[in-house]
Amino acid sequence: MQSPAEIVSHAGGVTGVSWLMIALPLFGAAVLLLGGRRTNAWGHFFGVAMSLGAFAVAVVTFVELLGLQPEQRRRDIGLFEFIPGMVDLGMLIDPLSISFALLITGVGSLIHIYSVGYMSHDRDRRRFFAYLNLFVAAMLLLVLSDNYIGLFIGWEGVGLASYLLIGFWQHKPSAATAAQKAFIVNRVGDFGLLIGIFTIWTTFGSLAFADLTHEVAGQASEGTLTAIGLLLLLGACGKSAQLPLQSWLLDAMEGPTPVSALIHAATMVTAGVYLVVRSGAFFEAAPTAQLVVTIVGVATLLAGAIIGCAKDDIKKGLAGSTMSQIGYMMLGAGLGPAGYAFAIGHLITHGFFKANMFLGAGSVMHAMNDEVDMRRYGALFPVMKITAVTFIVGYLAIIGFPLLSGYYTKEGIIETAMHHNQILGWLAVLGAGLTGFYMSRMVFMTFFGKKRWADDAHPHESPAVMTWPLIILAIGSIGLGAFLVLGNRFMNFLSPAVGLPQPADMPEPHVFGVGTAALATLALVAAGAAFAWFRYGAAEVPAVAPRASFLTTFARRDLYGDALNEALLMRPGQWLTRIAVFFDNRGVDGLVNGLAAGIGGTSGRLRRVQTGFVRSYALSILFGAAAVVGALLYVGNI
Amino acid sequence: MGETITFWVLAVVSVAAALGLVFSRKAVYSALMLGVVMLSLAVLYAVQDAPFLAAVQIIVYTGAVMMLFLFVLMLVGVDSADSLVETIRGQRFWAIVAGLGFGLLLALAVGNVAFSPAAGMGRAVSGRDGNVPALAEEIFTRHVFAFEVTSALLITAALGAMVLAHRERVRPKATQRDLARTRFAGPQPSPLPGPGTYALHNAIDMPALLPDGTVAVTSINRVLARHEMEEGYAPTDPEKAALIKQVLEKDAARDAAPVEGDKPIQVKDALQDEGELRDEGEPQAGTTSRKENAPQEEDGK
Amino acid sequence: MTTHYLVLSALLFAIGGVGVLLRRNAIVVFMCVELMLNACNLAFVTFARQHGNLDGQLIAFFVMVVAAAEVVIGLAIIVMIFRTRRSASVDNANLLKY
Repeated sequence: MQSPAEIVSHAGGVTGVSWLMIALPLFGAAVLLLGGRRTNAWGHFFGVAMSLGAFAVAVVTFVELLGLQPEQRRRDIGLFEFIPGMVDLGMLIDPLSISFALLITGVGSLIHIYSVGYMSHDRDRRRFFAYLNLFVAAMLLLVLSDNYIGLFIGWEGVGLASYLLIGFWQHKPSAATAAQKAFIVNRVGDFGLLIGIFTIWTTFGSLAFADLTHEVAGQASEGTLTAIGLLLLLGACGKSAQLPLQSWLLDAMEGPTPVSALIHAATMVTAGVYLVVRSGAFFEAAPTAQLVVTIVGVATLLAGAIIGCAKDDIKKGLAGSTMSQIGYMMLGAGLGPAGYAFAIGHLITHGFFKANMFLGAGSVMHAMNDEVDMRRYGALFPVMKITAVTFIVGYLAIIGFPLLSGYYTKEGIIETAMHHNQILGWLAVLGAGLTGFYMSRMVFMTFFGKKRWADDAHPHESPAVMTWPLIILAIGSIGLGAFLVLGNRFMNFLSPAVGLPQPADMPEPHVFGVGTAALATLALVAAGAAFAWFRYGAAEVPAVAPRASFLTTFARRDLYGDALNEALLMRPGQWLTRIAVFFDNRGVDGLVNGLAAGIGGTSGRLRRVQTGFVRSYALSILFGAAAVVGALLYVGNI
Repeated sequence: MGETITFWVLAVVSVAAALGLVFSRKAVYSALMLGVVMLSLAVLYAVQDAPFLAAVQIIVYTGAVMMLFLFVLMLVGVDSADSLVETIRGQRFWAIVAGLGFGLLLALAVGNVAFSPAAGMGRAVSGRDGNVPALAEEIFTRHVFAFEVTSALLITAALGAMVLAHRERVRPKATQRDLARTRFAGPQPSPLPGPGTYALHNAIDMPALLPDGTVAVTSINRVLARHEMEEGYAPTDPEKAALIKQVLEKDAARDAAPVEGDKPIQVKDALQDEGELRDEGEPQAGTTSRKENAPQEEDGK
Repeated sequence: MTTHYLVLSALLFAIGGVGVLLRRNAIVVFMCVELMLNACNLAFVTFARQHGNLDGQLIAFFVMVVAAAEVVIGLAIIVMIFRTRRSASVDNANLLKY
């Protein structure tokens, strides 16, 4: 195919140096890791500089991309032959990838800056920044690669960085375990992705995105396409903590809070959505796979919301919320081109407001001696106004308060889903109501009500290096949604990469929520928020979690996801291992050892023949000689 | 006829001598028996028209090899008779069974063959100057390479014997000064008392007497004493007999003790005798303790 | 006569073999080996006359040479063993065993 990308692929300009986007943070990670303690003094500033440098390159690339005609906004930058004759490693700069790159480097840089303050008391701050840089590099490789191989390398790279950062405080057994859990659960998804990539290769003979267009995908049988779609979805489920591979995300909150904000809220966990959107050609040709994507999305958004309702740990509450919001994005991604723009738009706005809230939560924890239990908070608004205000901005954005970011993107997903399928739509609406409840509960428990602080808690506002990123992210949480969605600006921007939807797939355009779905959503959200105020704002909140109903316990236990995994996978696995060990010990070893013991025993008896007395040997020689002579005579006589 | 008589006489002699070689207790007798067998065989060779071999048999075997055997026998200890107790179970029985079986088998095999009258050596030596030139011609023409190889073999054997028998000196040879110093540092600078001193007889088998009339232990001749005890010629004086017995028992106990490998240090060897003297010169207490020790050591064996 | 000589040779050989098996003094064992070699020589010489050529005598001659060399080395080994172990018994040298 003679794509526009090839036409401009050898063009000079700033895109020629866009590889610096990946190289700079990678260089930062290398310097900080290899430099060791010598870089302790300035390592964090270096890490921030590398991240900002990547951001600058991304911005310049973006601006240059904007300067082109829309149909030319797709640039392939070949870097080198990775596997000669099969895969060339290169970068694909198009509206989709540059959107991600901007989010990753932008939010990433803010979180880098925030971490300078947050990690200032940590002895290993330099190592932390090295891992952060490594993460940024890997994530950029994931989204900027022009083929599935590069994507997979980045995919594994962010998995590694996630593992290292979750287990950053490895002296805590819970952190070490959580890191391993995240890694192992991701293995399952990664295998799905890998097999999916294999299938793509055997079916189409290419792994470059440029070659795998809608026309090419249409040539394969629908069964193959469904298989590819489901395998890719499995990979997406692992990385994006969607059902049934959701269990690792809540435990991943053992990592430092900036990590939770960057990796487990804003960027890495959205990689699954990116994968689904990027592989749109396959999904759009396989309606079954698309349906599964939407079902997974809806199931996860409800599950995450229910978990979020019951958690007292502020970070785990936010993690449940993240699951839920990614469920929305997955739902959007499963709706085809009509949903892509809203899914990616929600992804970007969510990246802002969720990072904002996570960092806010980190600021609160910083002030409260790393206390994470919301039941020990309360009435923090007066003592840390900036954190509280920015957090509340994020809160309003996520529950879909009209005119804020979340409102536009989430409403877009809900309306499109409603237009697509009424059941999906109403379930999404229900999820929005739950969001209104649990986020309000979080805000009321944390910033309002009565003080339930620990005795030694002296909350204070965080330093400027931590509050400024909050403020910038809050601004993004306010305005970004309207900027992206109004006038279908983002949809048109993305269209060269993902295509434009059919007009029939689009819901009726609206501005101020005139649709029934929007009204219902607003009503449910208001009801949820009011209920939360009634329960947690106005009423007394016990400092210790009371015994709760079955449903609450169900949610507190993460919907028994871990128990299910344990019963379905771990126990049978252990039995299998024990059986294998038993068979190995008794069967295989028994055979081998028995043989060895038999030979050994026989030899032990036979060796007694070797008495060391030369006369015994001579006797046997004489017998032998007699036997030979006898045999000769016998033969001779015949 | 002459050959038949010679054969039967020598066959009986040689078989008897071979049996004597196997069954005589003393190694020297065995060696002499072997000599008899070899001489008989030499005569049998001569009878069978092999005069050169007969001469070589006498010169090499009876002359050189037998002398070597005797020489080594003397080195190793001529007085040690073999114990008749068989230590390996079943060895004696099976050895005789195998030996008899093998001999019978061979004899039967040979006896079953009907040989034509011997061709005799006449044809082989015809046209030559007798047996020795004929052999010489064979050796130096057809078998000259084998002959040369045997020369190499002999040289190698000679060298090997030297290497095997050689003992490296690891410390300088004790000089006259060293020996004198050791001697005067020891308990007895003077020569040992000769046998018979102050005794009623000055025969070699009579231990010397000390001025108080008691026996000087150091003057007892071990070889003679052992011989006397074995053959029952013990001294009539019971006190002397007991003393000699005591000394011999002590020697036996020392010989039975495990030998700690080779001791190539000649100076030490040379001094060992004097060390023994020191032991002998100990007061009576030492003797009593030795008495107590002796049974224990036997138990230890 | 050939049969007589050969039977005598076989007898001497068997007696030597039994001696090797029964005696423990290494020197006597060695003498028995020599006896066996001599018995073989007798057979060679007998066959030489039987066949009327010199080959048997020739081989007997070489056997003697080899036996001489063997005696030299064997006795040297016996002396060395005796020097280290203070014993010429073949049963004492039985360390090389199971």
